[in-house]
Amino acid sequence: MLIPGNAEGRLLRLQSPISLWGGIDPVSGVVIDPRHPDHGVSISGTVLAMPGAVGSSSSSAVMLELLREGAAPAAILMARADAILAIGIFVSVELGYPTCPVLEVELSALDGTPQGTLLRVTSEGRVIRP
Amino acid sequence: MTLHLTTEERALLAGDHGEAVSLAMRILVSAAELLGAQALVRITSAHIDGCLHHGDGGVEFAEKLVATGGRVVVPTTLNVGALDLLHPDTVRADPSKLAMARRQMDAYVSMGAEPTFTCAPYQIGHQPAFGEQVAWGESNAIAFANSVLGARTERYGDFLDACCALAGRAPLHGLHIEENRQATVIVDTTNVPDALKDQDVFYPVLGSWLGLEVGREVSVIIGLPSTVSRDQLKALGASAASTGAVALFHVAGVTPEAPSLDAVVSKTQSVDRIKLTADMVKGALKRLSTTDTVERIDAVAVGSPHFSITEFEALLTLVRGRRMAVPFYACTARATLQELEVRGDLLQLQEAGVEIVADTCVVVTPILRESGGVLMTNSGKFAHYAPSNTGYEVIYGSLEDCVESAATGLVARTEAIWSW
Repeated sequence: MLIPGNAEGRLLRLQSPISLWGGIDPVSGVVIDPRHPDHGVSISGTVLAMPGAVGSSSSSAVMLELLREGAAPAAILMARADAILAIGIFVSVELGYPTCPVLEVELSALDGTPQGTLLRVTSEGRVIRP
Repeated sequence: MTLHLTTEERALLAGDHGEAVSLAMRILVSAAELLGAQALVRITSAHIDGCLHHGDGGVEFAEKLVATGGRVVVPTTLNVGALDLLHPDTVRADPSKLAMARRQMDAYVSMGAEPTFTCAPYQIGHQPAFGEQVAWGESNAIAFANSVLGARTERYGDFLDACCALAGRAPLHGLHIEENRQATVIVDTTNVPDALKDQDVFYPVLGSWLGLEVGREVSVIIGLPSTVSRDQLKALGASAASTGAVALFHVAGVTPEAPSLDAVVSKTQSVDRIKLTADMVKGALKRLSTTDTVERIDAVAVGSPHFSITEFEALLTLVRGRRMAVPFYACTARATLQELEVRGDLLQLQEAGVEIVADTCVVVTPILRESGGVLMTNSGKFAHYAPSNTGYEVIYGSLEDCVESAATGLVARTEAIWSW
């Protein structure tokens, strides 16, 4: 588990990698990049399966703003650690704002789980259906 | 594999040298552990991306460091902010937001960072030497420092860049380590006509394709002319770092770690080889525009990354004696603006209707007119980010196309060079 914590939310599997900066509205958590296949979808409160993070190094700042605004995902699942997202979470905790658990997960393990399934991330780093 | 800290680093972490550096070290250590680093590496410079206002969390973080005695311990440059401090009326946003943006920029300056406010510190005299370990933020600057200068940095984002500058150290991982800098993808451009490879307009397209195709893999491009310019490499890297997490690319026979293909291709990992086709190039070109049906443009923006003096020279040659019919924004560093003034070029650019934006750019802060419309640009990075950040439709073209279109307000694009 990259960043530990408990969380519960509905699975949102993004269809392609995203840059939080320029890709997600930091106040609402909605995908604002019109070229992204999930344009218009909100990542807020979801268990977000990210096929990858791309682009701008400003994405840590967007992660912090999402956490401050209460618009962050409940948890993030990704195949490879992304320090840029994690830093935003570390700073959030230093400033007294919420955390967001991040798990390293092979996303193919979720292939049989439909979009929108309620998932629980446990502090031991497991993803289960509650 | 655990992180090993020196006695000095443990003292920094414990707060023996103040709370600010202790906070910086806590974040640095968390990041290093997450990244699997076994040690920290001393750095010789930092470029802080964190002075751009994305929300008040960034201000809170910076001011907390200031309040607890934070000082940078290596030469540190600052990326763009959300304000043009030299032309304060340029940015259109509510006063409280502007005040917060100003506080964020001021906080980093008061920690000892240089008020450079540019995304291209490498073109105003801040160039780490070959092999130097640095901690840079801002995706285009990272790609340039690694690829074109041969310095060594990972992709540092907001906050971690500042933590590195305060601690004088970075997690020893990724591109800080020699073996991770070898290419696992060979991009062969020999099919692309030399006439196209001589044009500036090719490089953002190549970069945009590269970022989508290779993601965070290290690539080596073969078949580019040895005359490829720094501005072309800058444009390639910025575009690649917009569409993918590209932090390092090599150009065989051009960039410093790739005197030859053999010198830079991985000997230990499997290597993919991709031959660039006309369809790939045309696909990437098409993706840089969000519309191809409009006849009129509402504005032009150039200078992402910030325009260099040589790019301004080319612009001046094109606009001299003409008058732009739509707003034409050229974004640059205050240091470059000053040089334009000294050379006497600034007045000529302004007479042609070119509006210089310093310290920031049109995609990170509201400068374009609110009405929205169609923006034309020669920048792959602007083309990538402008639709989501400004709401404008985007048309990509060469600098010549941008000037021709701005002079009449009608889209003028040279299409012939893309057919082969």
